[in-house]
Amino acid sequence: MQTKNERLKEQVVRMSGVNPLKCMRCGKCSATCPAYDEMEYHPHQFVYMVERGEIEPLLNSKSLYQCLSCFACVERCPRNVEPAKLVEAIRLVAIRQQGMNHMTADDIPALLDDDMPQQAIVSALRKYAK
Amino acid sequence: MRVSYFPGCTLRTKAKELDLQARKCAEALGVELCEIENWQCCGGVFVTAKDEIASKLSSVRALKAARDASQPLVTVCSACHNVIKQTNYAMQTDTEFADKVNRYMAQDKDAGEPYHGETVVQHYLELLRDTVGFDQVKAKVQKPLTGKKVACYYGCLLLRPGRVMQMDDPENPRIMEDLIRALGGEPVVWAGRNECCGGYVALENEPSARKKSEKVLSDAQAHGADLIVTACPLCRYNLSKYSADVPVVYFTELLAQALGVEEEA
Repeated sequence: MQTKNERLKEQVVRMSGVNPLKCMRCGKCSATCPAYDEMEYHPHQFVYMVERGEIEPLLNSKSLYQCLSCFACVERCPRNVEPAKLVEAIRLVAIRQQGMNHMTADDIPALLDDDMPQQAIVSALRKYAK
Repeated sequence: MRVSYFPGCTLRTKAKELDLQARKCAEALGVELCEIENWQCCGGVFVTAKDEIASKLSSVRALKAARDASQPLVTVCSACHNVIKQTNYAMQTDTEFADKVNRYMAQDKDAGEPYHGETVVQHYLELLRDTVGFDQVKAKVQKPLTGKKVACYYGCLLLRPGRVMQMDDPENPRIMEDLIRALGGEPVVWAGRNECCGGYVALENEPSARKKSEKVLSDAQAHGADLIVTACPLCRYNLSKYSADVPVVYFTELLAQALGVEEEA
């Protein structure tokens, strides 16, 4: 019988298509991450924690919503591990749960200003809500 | 020549000038942008999870419409470009994903042939470089941007992931700089041009976006930029919000000026 973390690891690896075993722990993903300071768990930690099957702490971390999806870690990884895809998969596992949306349409009016482009709103809702 | 055109949600609302300038300049360069009928919003961001299907259908519908018209699909907004190119790549390389998408699409009215990534997706900049040619652009310049120091800002969406976008060297691009040179301006050499502006995080974590944008802005300013150009409405929003001295404009604004069609646009 698989533990919850083992099941989650399998799911995250399948959804993301990432093989965390390719990582050689150089840390370049975190070094280049523009959201590093805002994150509790950094991109390199996402990779090794997924490898070790420690998914639950990541699933409950606000770091999931600080990633900018800028693909800097994906571009600059010398081993093509693509850490951003792990962050995305775990965020989806979180928000696909009933009632676990990080943002809803009702939150939007209070966050707007006159110049905010529609692109920002659709992007945030796609990242934060199901 | 005629190409299929996907404007995107923001070019219909907060970035109308980007759409208008792009159309006027294309016309001046002998290209007709044929807007796809009934296009739907691309969603702003590409969801990288392989099991995410429904959110990618709008891109596939646009790609399919362009294929059926035997035209390349052109976008101007960096985000639409990123989402549609990544979706096209997934349709070419991930058979399981493509099969699921095509099963969904079979329910569409006039579903036609299944789609497998046949369409060539071009950003407007690629249209200028690869189809029109920067030499041709240069030949059409009426008011060169002489003496104007321009910082070309790529941000994250235009170039990354490089192996999917295949637009330019993702770490050392030159497409926008080459355009500025063709228009008679002087591109600035600076490091912040492909770093993130903070993107959609601006919505709920403004201080985080501010930090990213200010870093980009101070670098552009330190290297003597008179202005910053971008192709992305969200980059423009974030950077403009925190820029005291350096204007942030769409690259199409300079193109329209140089081609002498800015009055119309």
